[in-house]
Amino acid sequence: MLTRRHALLLSTALFAAPSYAADDIKIVDNVELSGTGVTSGSMWAKGVDLAVKEINAAGGILGRKIALTHQDNQSQAQVAKAVATKAIDDEPYVMLGPIFSGDVNVSMAVTEDAETPMIMGGEAANLTQQGKKYLFRTSFSQSSAMPKVANYMQKQGMKSITVVWIANDFGKGGRDTMVKELAARNIKVAADISTEPGQMDYSAVVVNVAKAQADALFVYLNEEESARFLIALRKLGYDKPVIGETVLASQRVIELAGPAANGVKAHVGLSVDAPNRLVQEFGAKFKAATGFASDHNGIKGYTAAYLIKAVTEKIGKFDRKLFASTLHTASFTAKDQPGLLMDVSFDAAGDLDRESYLVEVKDGKQVITETLPPLGKK
Amino acid sequence: MTDFLQLIVSGTATGACYALAALGFTLLWQASGTINFALGEMVMLPAFIMLFFIGPAGLPLPLAFAATLVVSLIILGAGFKRLVVDPMIRHGVIPLVIATLGLSIALKQTVRIVYSAQVYTFPSIFSETLLSLGGAKLSVSDVGTVVIAGGLVLALQAFLNGTLTGRAMQAVAQNRDAAVVLGINAERMVLYAFLVNAGLAATTALLVTPVYLAKFDMGDTLGLKAFYAAIIGGFNNSRGALLGGILVGVLENLVGAYISPGYKEGVALLLFLGVILFKPEGLLGKAEERKV
Repeated sequence: MLTRRHALLLSTALFAAPSYAADDIKIVDNVELSGTGVTSGSMWAKGVDLAVKEINAAGGILGRKIALTHQDNQSQAQVAKAVATKAIDDEPYVMLGPIFSGDVNVSMAVTEDAETPMIMGGEAANLTQQGKKYLFRTSFSQSSAMPKVANYMQKQGMKSITVVWIANDFGKGGRDTMVKELAARNIKVAADISTEPGQMDYSAVVVNVAKAQADALFVYLNEEESARFLIALRKLGYDKPVIGETVLASQRVIELAGPAANGVKAHVGLSVDAPNRLVQEFGAKFKAATGFASDHNGIKGYTAAYLIKAVTEKIGKFDRKLFASTLHTASFTAKDQPGLLMDVSFDAAGDLDRESYLVEVKDGKQVITETLPPLGKK
Repeated sequence: MTDFLQLIVSGTATGACYALAALGFTLLWQASGTINFALGEMVMLPAFIMLFFIGPAGLPLPLAFAATLVVSLIILGAGFKRLVVDPMIRHGVIPLVIATLGLSIALKQTVRIVYSAQVYTFPSIFSETLLSLGGAKLSVSDVGTVVIAGGLVLALQAFLNGTLTGRAMQAVAQNRDAAVVLGINAERMVLYAFLVNAGLAATTALLVTPVYLAKFDMGDTLGLKAFYAAIIGGFNNSRGALLGGILVGVLENLVGAYISPGYKEGVALLLFLGVILFKPEGLLGKAEERKV
């Protein structure tokens, strides 16, 4: 017989059910799932998915599960801003993404106004130079990465370099930083060639590159464009060293460019082939879950989700302001937070520091040729 | 000079692919008054069909192409005519144009759902050998593309001018009623035009996808450039499509190399505007007068 006490308990239980969902940690992923950034965005999203699945399976963060939603920003800045604005209405704990620097550039003002931490994948140097308090990287800034590439070129005795870059925030930022670093090392820029996002035909660019007769070529394009450009270089028989930063030697570009990627040398901040047990284990888990190898964006997405866990456990509560202020100048070890895969530290601007690698693509695989220590340890 | 030669050859190869697609525009316009804005997607779809035959079906590239050609003739040739053009054409050109725009979106989104928005590699029928001509390095791929595309256009010209069926197709294009009075099966001739268009689209896919890479929106640029090329060369002349395509491809390369890669994408549009303003019938087209 249903007594008043039973009815009360039952109604409490019924009302308690939605409170479980309400207790979830809302995380919005503002990500490039279509348009020119789909290659990067899809990898990032799969990395985030894998991390969130693991975190929730292990009991969540401080006992609360993550409720993750991916919102496609179509690789368009105005859509990315609209996604950020709409997402903020739902008061997420943290916003993940975007990956493209142009999309980050317009979205970060929204999260800054809402005092919501934003852990993104953009690499343009200027993103963290604008004094934002809620913006954090998952990869090196161009100002951290380009000196390493320029050092490598100097060590190889290169006197002149042709720079090919993509005309978007990412490419322009990389080009400006690289040209500055080359000038500081007395390396001449033999030709400075911009290309368009989504460009299909690179014949004219390759002819100009060959005409410049530089000691080497530095390529700074997004994934699809990098692959098409490498195919065009090979098609027209370009035979000088081709050097890049992260994207050019990423798994996805190697896969798309096929044999045309062989011989590419690059500095990479993240690689599943890194001589690091945790990273290699991640690589195996990612491949088992998705059927293909992760590139740097997959690792960025994975560590972004685990960074939320690491910071929240450090502060012991869910507090956006405290989250942001703690993450500035915070350091984490992979021993304490295995999900972060590598020891990492953040500075006051939101830039991160950790070890990185010089790689060469051989037989369709990234081969690590040198491990570079974190800049802070130099 | 060697740079110039390289630019001309690679531009001609790109332009020859524009020309193949542009030829599809001119054929359909001449045969049935159809303006097909889903042409770029009609190149994209065979690329993905070929990927299916190469991947899950495990066929070698030549067989995969042959199978794709058959599927394209059925779906993009006969199917497109029967399901889209025939019901819409009686309502005039504008509803048909809108229908092809809708078809373009539908094809793109369908491929996106099935294959995702990711990019896929695509094998080339050519070797990676480089040829040397007067010091210039020419890729076998570029030379082969020019030979195949140019050969196809010339063969089509020979077919249209030198065979009974070809002449009948031209007769239907020029005056359908008169052709019917002469005993020509106009409906069949129009169907042939659609089948040829589908075959050209599948061949274009085979030639461009190894360089462009297969992606659901890969037809956007190609479709637009082919449309410009068809207008530049002359919408009512098949040789005009060849001229328009090659002109666009070569000038894009020269502008990209000698002026700035930033202006490269504007070349086709600039030529298009020039032709519309000063020679609206196109470089090789004939002015048509229509009673309204």
